[in-house]
Amino acid sequence: MAEYLILICEDENAYATATPDVLGQVMEAHNRFAKQVEETGGKIVSGRALQPTSTATSIRGDVVTDGPFAETKEALGGFYLVEARDLDHALEIGKLCPARFGGVEVRPIMVFDSM
Amino acid sequence: MTSSPAGGPPDDPGPSTGSGAGTDRLDAAGAVADAHRREWAFVLAATARVAGDLDLAEECVQDAYVSALEAWSQQGVPRNPGAWLTTTARRRAIDLLRRDTTLRRKLPLLVEPAAATPPPAGQLAAEEGSGVIPDDRLRLIFTCCHPALAREAQVALTLRLVCGLSTAEIARAFLVPEPTMAARVTRAKKKISAARIAYRVPGAAELPDRLDAVLTVVHLLYTTGHTAPDGGSLVRDDLVDRAIRLARMLHQLMPDEPEARGLLALLLLTDARRATRCAPDGRLLLLDEQDRTLWDRPAIDEGTALVREALRGGRPGRFAIQAAIAALHAQAPSYADTDWRQILLLYDLLGRAWTSPVVTLNRAVALAMADGPEAGLAEIGELERGGRLAGYRYLPAAKADLLRRLGRRDEAAQAYRAALELTGNEAERSFLTHRLAEVTAVQPGS
Repeated sequence: MAEYLILICEDENAYATATPDVLGQVMEAHNRFAKQVEETGGKIVSGRALQPTSTATSIRGDVVTDGPFAETKEALGGFYLVEARDLDHALEIGKLCPARFGGVEVRPIMVFDSM
Repeated sequence: MTSSPAGGPPDDPGPSTGSGAGTDRLDAAGAVADAHRREWAFVLAATARVAGDLDLAEECVQDAYVSALEAWSQQGVPRNPGAWLTTTARRRAIDLLRRDTTLRRKLPLLVEPAAATPPPAGQLAAEEGSGVIPDDRLRLIFTCCHPALAREAQVALTLRLVCGLSTAEIARAFLVPEPTMAARVTRAKKKISAARIAYRVPGAAELPDRLDAVLTVVHLLYTTGHTAPDGGSLVRDDLVDRAIRLARMLHQLMPDEPEARGLLALLLLTDARRATRCAPDGRLLLLDEQDRTLWDRPAIDEGTALVREALRGGRPGRFAIQAAIAALHAQAPSYADTDWRQILLLYDLLGRAWTSPVVTLNRAVALAMADGPEAGLAEIGELERGGRLAGYRYLPAAKADLLRRLGRRDEAAQAYRAALELTGNEAERSFLTHRLAEVTAVQPGS
């Protein structure tokens, strides 16, 4: 098994204006996702949701600035670290991952040689 | 899937085509070149599984071809050159892996069932002894055309790994600087190992989509060669021949896939016209101007037979339908006497199997032949307003032709100029310039 990070990139504004009903559905979808991953034979190692980019602080060198690195319509809003057999399996999991206001990016975790 | 090369391992070259003590070096060189063309994919695919790394596998296969020249000059060409080369390349890979621990630490190519370490010598010897080396060519091509790789990377990897072309050759074929192409190939190979794209043939559920990607790459290779995007000659024979060879290989390896059969049929039927597509001065000749007696009849017969079988299963896919259209053209005694009604029906079928504005444009041309230029022009006008074919050179070219046939010369001239602005191929430019001169010439009595 190998590890992949699933980055959830969505339109934050859509969340800010969503009704409690919609937010409830999103939560439900994420709870369901955990079960679905297990059914594929994969495993969620960890997962977190992030506060919106309005709370971000960027640092480059010594310069500290308010806001994210890049202002984009769809921003990183959460992630899952998962275990999968190969990229096809990771993509299968990625397709199940809820992201109704955007999409997800699947990145393999780098493995370093044990010297 | 396995195949059983008939020849023995290198220690036992068996009866050879060479006579007595050795083969002429020239014969050996010819046999090596031939084996490069025919066997590269088989040898590399089987070696990659053992090497666990595409770069290492390529290096070992190159070495095997180099040593073949020497060995075959002295001992004669083995009965099964592919098996000889595979055995030599795989032994070299195992040798290097045993000696070099840093090679072993690389992320191994993901082969199922999992083989994290090189197979024990015993297993390899057993495979060689039985004369059965696993045929991994499908694994190789499905890996090269994995949807997680960009289309241009899929094309480059297929040419490099499945066809054995050098980076310089691929760069030339696609008019890209060599360092750019080298970077593209390196990046794609890195992604295969870092993201762990598995070295396997997809399962039944994914197969239709994945096969479509593979066939699309082969078709793209063909069309790039069929009308080179730029430059002096209309056709790049090398690319066209590679594409047909790949299509044939896929059909042989997946004989039950109607779309693999359909693609081979389409390429054979289209390519049957190759010799007649240009006038002696290099100018493009359209279907209605081509000398049909010079079309390649054996290729047409083979393609037509394949189409019939591909259509038999019902619900034909896009390649089979396009092949059926090409077959109707190939069988027609002349352009005017083509079964345009039937072609129109096939385009309707194609439009349902594959939504593409290019299909709509081709249908409009067929419609113009069946119902007159105005009908075709109306459809092209609608396409133009939709804007999805903006920048596609064959739209203004088709429009210009219909306007010309209607005698609307000023509008035709305008469309020919628009087409010329989008066209880089010399043969096509020469054709359009010729037509433009015709419609702008002063008419007698005007």
